Amino acid sequence: MPALLFYLFALITLGFGLMVVLARNPVTSALSLAMSFVGLAALFISLDAFFIGTIQILVYAGAVMVLFLFIIMLLDIKAESDRKTNVAAIVGAIVLGAVLAVQIATVSAAHHQSDLSVNDAALNLVAAGNQMAATKTDLPTISKDLKVGILPDTKLMGLALFQQYGFHLQVMGLLLMVGTVGVVVLSKRDKEVAR
Amino acid sequence: MITLSHYLIVSGLLFALGLAGVVARRNIIIIYMCLEMMLSAANLTLVAFSRFHVLAGLPDYSAQALVFFTITVAAAEVAVGLAIIVALYRSKQSVEVESVTKLQG
Repeated sequence: MPALLFYLFALITLGFGLMVVLARNPVTSALSLAMSFVGLAALFISLDAFFIGTIQILVYAGAVMVLFLFIIMLLDIKAESDRKTNVAAIVGAIVLGAVLAVQIATVSAAHHQSDLSVNDAALNLVAAGNQMAATKTDLPTISKDLKVGILPDTKLMGLALFQQYGFHLQVMGLLLMVGTVGVVVLSKRDKEVAR
Repeated sequence: MITLSHYLIVSGLLFALGLAGVVARRNIIIIYMCLEMMLSAANLTLVAFSRFHVLAGLPDYSAQALVFFTITVAAAEVAVGLAIIVALYRSKQSVEVESVTKLQG
């Protein structure tokens, strides 16, 4: 990806992220967060993670943000009035954020692979395809794509999820079910209290 | 040339923004959005390391599987959290953090 596009999408992600924190109106915050996630999805795609970028848009910018907007509008939350700005909290937040940012910048600059560019860590799709075709557990649908130089990102993701992390995936399904039941229980009106 | 540290710094700044928002804002819903932002920043780090850690010519898909799980957990967390916020609003008629000070005594 050209450097210009990286800076553009990084700017979208961080600029709208700043809007989330600064905006007084919660609806503005929610829409800014959706835009920030779109920029982040573009960054994911620039890292050849097409599947993750797609579910970032579908799940975050789609489902999660619609849920946020729905709750904001359901509860009819007004924009925060600036009657009492909590100066201590704001100063604390700025200091904490700045310290963390400096810390991360220092650590990431000291990391031994930090000056690795995408060209240095080039993917070798044809070799990976040949290597996969030579094994007994070869999946032709993946190795054929790799041999012609296409990255079958979703297929490889499915392979990793169902071959290596099958149990974890089932635990995740259980978690989603518990979450669904929890939401129903939480939003149900307690009949005895209502009476 | 875009390097690994570029992605790490963007991710770190996004995380710092989210943390600042959690500390400074008083609206619980906006605190929640900032939490989501921090989770996404961690996802960006994972995907960046996945891409730059080339295993047999391919990106490291274990990291991307972890990102997939993080996104699932975050979605479940948002659903439950927003249900709690709605229940809180029913009893306090407010979504400001100052309205929930029962444990302060």
